[in-house]
Amino acid sequence: MYAQMVKSEATKDDPAKLAAFQVRIDAGEKIEPKDWMPEGYRKTLIRQVGQHAHSEIVGQLPEGNWITRAPTLERKANLLAKVQDEAGHGLYLYCAAETLGVSRDEMTEMLLDGRMKYSSIFNYPTLTWADMGAVGWLVDGAAIMNQVPLQRTSYGPYARAMVRVCKEESFHQRQGFHIMMAMVNGNAEQKRMAQDALNRTWYPALMMFGPSDKDSVHSSQSMAWKIKINTNDELRQKFVDETVPQAEYLGLTIPDEGLTWNEETGHYDYTEPDWNEFFDVISGNGPCNVDRLSARQKAWDDGAWLRDAMTAHAAKKATRNLAAE
Amino acid sequence: MAGTSNPTQIDGQLFEFLLRQGDNVLVLGHRTSEWCGVAPALEEDIALTNTALDLIGQTQLWLGYAGEVEGKGRSANDLAFLRDVYDFRNVLMLEVPNEDFGRTLMRQFLFDAFQVPWLTALCASSNQNVADIAAKSVKEAIYHLDRSTETVIALGDGTEESNARMQSALDYLWPYVGELFGEDDVDKAMHEAGVAPMPATLRGDWETTVNSTLSQACLTLPDSKFAHSGGRTGFRHTEHLGHMLATMQTLQRSYPGAAW
Amino acid sequence: MSKEWPLWEVFIRGQHGMSHRHVGSLHAADSEHAIKNARDVYTRRNEGVSIWVVEAEQITASSPSDKGPMYDPARDKVYRHPTFYDIPDEVGKM
Repeated sequence: MYAQMVKSEATKDDPAKLAAFQVRIDAGEKIEPKDWMPEGYRKTLIRQVGQHAHSEIVGQLPEGNWITRAPTLERKANLLAKVQDEAGHGLYLYCAAETLGVSRDEMTEMLLDGRMKYSSIFNYPTLTWADMGAVGWLVDGAAIMNQVPLQRTSYGPYARAMVRVCKEESFHQRQGFHIMMAMVNGNAEQKRMAQDALNRTWYPALMMFGPSDKDSVHSSQSMAWKIKINTNDELRQKFVDETVPQAEYLGLTIPDEGLTWNEETGHYDYTEPDWNEFFDVISGNGPCNVDRLSARQKAWDDGAWLRDAMTAHAAKKATRNLAAE
Repeated sequence: MAGTSNPTQIDGQLFEFLLRQGDNVLVLGHRTSEWCGVAPALEEDIALTNTALDLIGQTQLWLGYAGEVEGKGRSANDLAFLRDVYDFRNVLMLEVPNEDFGRTLMRQFLFDAFQVPWLTALCASSNQNVADIAAKSVKEAIYHLDRSTETVIALGDGTEESNARMQSALDYLWPYVGELFGEDDVDKAMHEAGVAPMPATLRGDWETTVNSTLSQACLTLPDSKFAHSGGRTGFRHTEHLGHMLATMQTLQRSYPGAAW
Repeated sequence: MSKEWPLWEVFIRGQHGMSHRHVGSLHAADSEHAIKNARDVYTRRNEGVSIWVVEAEQITASSPSDKGPMYDPARDKVYRHPTFYDIPDEVGKM
């Protein structure tokens, strides 16, 4: 998902305190910043919320790639508003992570030097306008699957950020599907673009949920702490089940010959993505990893003078105000 | 030309006038939208995108009405995406590249300082549609001016580097500001019809705002009175506009007639 | 790394005359910058008519370990609630 393969941290805290903490979690209580929490809980959350925030910010880039080429004024406004929301979501999530004792600047530095990750999905290119449709429909669709349950996560600031994110995000998937509808109702070239975008986006979207984690120790610790609510496979299956009829409605073909309805399970059977590709992408060898990080690095470096100047001005103003009193 | 009351001519001039309003916000909205995702801080990214969204909304109103006045069935999108450089009527200052965030904000400020008194005056236009569009737009422009003024002051006053950047932005943009206050036949016709004041009459107000802000920003007003022109008449744009349109219009040009 | 803009907590009063409510946080160089950033970040969907910002550092919070002594004493003061007092039905609405 936006936070993939988050390793939970081992905890060396006092067993009595740990047990009491677990009782609170099991009772559905929210953990707040000043509450005692296991060191592992704190570190795992920083990693997960930070990765989620980074994904929103890096996620601005593939869609930002089409803002200046949006085909109508309406589409440009819709897309801008959506990419702007992603900046907002990154901001809310960084603020949630900051309550755990790490600053936004520190997290940014960790993103840029590779210590922190972002979702694999944003390392794929957006090649045609139909990608704006496919990204909204599939990528945001997959993200929502994960984010809706996270509104119930145990850490208060994270849960509250997710409530706000989910409320705002409700238009994102529709915005993408709306673009797809226009494309499939358009001319032959537009239909081809739409199918091509689906072909390229399908498996990367399935990979967003991460590899199967039903036997993962990290996952079960995170689930016990209610930092993670569902297994990767559950969410992926839900995504496939919801998306197949939508693709049918659009008259597009999901690029999986193995996709069939299974009467017994009441779910679609589907072909697993190529997990070798996934591991290549998260280890830095996706089609756009280098470009994405260098775009973030450039924005960070180019903006330094401005951030410093605002700080310097605020300090001068404060001194002047003090002198005037 | 000026002073004639031939209705077709008035409509033609009103169309020109509306293109000037619409193209200004179209082109500036496009430039500001280029920052989305790469601005110096998340808060600034979100704020500048709000400005871009306001400007795109204003574009739809101005160009939508321009299409009606023209009477050839062209929509706001037709006008935005299917005209070439020589048919654009924005002032040159708005089409030059963003460069750094400082120049982007300096341009925004110089334009906002014009737009606020201009749109305020247009609220009293004899043309009800113009008055309505102005009334909606002016609220947005007042906030834009408020924000760009504070940012220009902060960046001018901030550090040695930021001051130097803002001074160089001002020096670069200064020869382009004069075009805001043009007075040609279209301006005269609009003035006579009570649609709009002569832009030149706003110069005093504009200078008051600009002088006060730039002095708080520790910046020096350039001496030169020279003013480039050619944008609002369409006679001679900068080379930059063509590149902007090549990007902006690519889908409409590559797939003629397609609906998106 | 240069100095980061401080963190501000943002409170917004919505359309319907309710109290200001905490909506989230943001970074800004000073209070005026924070108000503007709050407008741009937290009122994009027409959420508010009034904004307060407070530098996060300036907020004093109660300590979670005091929870018992802080809040438990209020629990048994049931006479502060209207349902404590039985009033016969024939008296009518009160």
